[in-house]
Amino acid sequence: MTQHKKRFAAPDPSKPRLTTSAMIASIAGDGQKTKAAPFGHALVELAKTRPEIVGLTADLAKYTDLHIFAQAYPDRFYQMGMAEQLLMASAAGFAREGFIPFATTYAVFAARRAYDFICMAVAEENLPVKIVCALPGLTTGYGPSHQATEDLAIFRGLPNMTIIDPCDALDIEQAVPQIADHPGPVYMRLLRGQVPMVLDEYDYTFELGRAKPLRDGTDVLFISSGLMTMRALEAAKTLAADHVDVGVLHVPTIKPLDEATILHHAARPGRLVVVAENHTVVGGLGEAVAGVLMRNGVHPVFRQIGLPDAFLDAGALPTLHDRYGISTTGLHTQVQSWL
Amino acid sequence: MTIAAPGHNRALAQRAYAIRRHALLMGKVQGQGYIAQALDIADVLAVAYFHAMTYRPEDPDWEGRDRFYLSIGHYAIALYAVLIEAGILPVEELETYGGDDSRLPMSGMATYTPGMEITGGSLGQGLPIAVGACLALKRKKSSAFVYNLMSDGELGEGSIWEAAMSAAHWKLDNLIALIDVNNQQADGPSTDVLCAEPLHDKFAAFGWFTQRVDGNDLDAMVRAFDAARAHLGKQPRAIICDTLMGKGVPFLEARDKNHFIRVDADEWDLAIALLDEANAS
Repeated sequence: MTQHKKRFAAPDPSKPRLTTSAMIASIAGDGQKTKAAPFGHALVELAKTRPEIVGLTADLAKYTDLHIFAQAYPDRFYQMGMAEQLLMASAAGFAREGFIPFATTYAVFAARRAYDFICMAVAEENLPVKIVCALPGLTTGYGPSHQATEDLAIFRGLPNMTIIDPCDALDIEQAVPQIADHPGPVYMRLLRGQVPMVLDEYDYTFELGRAKPLRDGTDVLFISSGLMTMRALEAAKTLAADHVDVGVLHVPTIKPLDEATILHHAARPGRLVVVAENHTVVGGLGEAVAGVLMRNGVHPVFRQIGLPDAFLDAGALPTLHDRYGISTTGLHTQVQSWL
Repeated sequence: MTIAAPGHNRALAQRAYAIRRHALLMGKVQGQGYIAQALDIADVLAVAYFHAMTYRPEDPDWEGRDRFYLSIGHYAIALYAVLIEAGILPVEELETYGGDDSRLPMSGMATYTPGMEITGGSLGQGLPIAVGACLALKRKKSSAFVYNLMSDGELGEGSIWEAAMSAAHWKLDNLIALIDVNNQQADGPSTDVLCAEPLHDKFAAFGWFTQRVDGNDLDAMVRAFDAARAHLGKQPRAIICDTLMGKGVPFLEARDKNHFIRVDADEWDLAIALLDEANAS
């Protein structure tokens, strides 16, 4: 059975070999401005005036920043144990009785293990369960068991589900009250721990359902979500040094998609449109944007940056982001190759 | 514990008869249906709705009501029958059962039918939803019970056992699980497909106050419901109901047991006649 085993190249002593960090290491770069546990703190703040908010988790409070809420409101926190189907169904039970439950786990477990419960117990009745999940896309080096590379594709197919892919701490803390106010179910990808703070340097506020331009550029338009917006902004700066003028349109709400804003920006002539996402190229933002453009007769030169349709490697996250082309350097290189 | 007077149980027997009759009429309309299950569970539903539960027929969403979750969505024909009998649905509506634009679809859905609390049918969901609802009711300081009706075949779903652990962990004394044990599921006898026995031992081991009774014996069911409600232990309650598919219609009781029992077109009226005859005697 050895043919099923991966083969690895012999170590190259001239290159450093990074080691896999903790499962849920911060994605912040060295010296980057960060904010601690923005989801947990935003939920605590909101819960002060919203007694109907409760928090549930499946043995991952610490790893989804829900422990901040649990410390502040121990009697409103429900540890459901390592049982994600129960987590989602019982959250539906809370919602049936008038509460707004925030249910947290890792994205893989919500999207894969508990899907039918989210579909039938939560979404079919449009119940206001807020599903907030860490480790979206490629944000851990632990391999496919923990890398939710297809979560957006799974949830995009689910009627009634609103999907949020926030970029940074500002997005997360501004999204929390808005997803609580939204009358139906929400799936939000979560960055936790020391979360980069990026968007405070732009004229930007999170608005549920809206795409927002962050910078203008005449040669290239990045359309991006999640942490790839941070990478797109960084790549825009490095490309500027190469005299490539890059605009960035941030799309934190994956569903419903802000089609009008996307069309408005993508229709501007003469720009290469590149959708960048921390997700498989199958069924995520890239294909969603492509569909919008096709249906509306807008045909820019179009490229996708995303993860391959494959089970990804284990290893150190910076190595993997380089390997799969979603590092800042990866974005820069690919865009240059398309110009 | 209240011991129901015999007169009370005669009234329950009339309710169970009426539930069976409504269900047979719906089956006749559609020419098919999970009629054998409806006949087996009619006594349990009669005791639930006309002995145990608190609700207001004119206001099915009344906050103080006991909740009845039909996890086994394909038993909808039986629940519609009891909702008609309870005055929550008009009897005229049974003629729409399973038809286009009917509030009575073949599989029960909360969004379609007054009094239908959850969307069942994807089995293994009712009990974990009930866990959340029971926790929520405790937050609201409500004294309402949540009844969750599931089946022996459904116990193959792992989520049932996640919920069984959780209900005991949270000491959910406002949760009453009703388990219809007719030992029949889609591919054959449940004990052959994936045996969940010994059920009493399993639920007891999970920390539940557990009773196993003849689900077609009204006196026994009344005692079991009373005991479940009055039990002082801070634990969830299970009533395991052994039932006979087709109960009340001899030729259906005798028919080779089948999850989706076939009834020929001319047999519906015969079944109703036999039911009426047994009730009159």
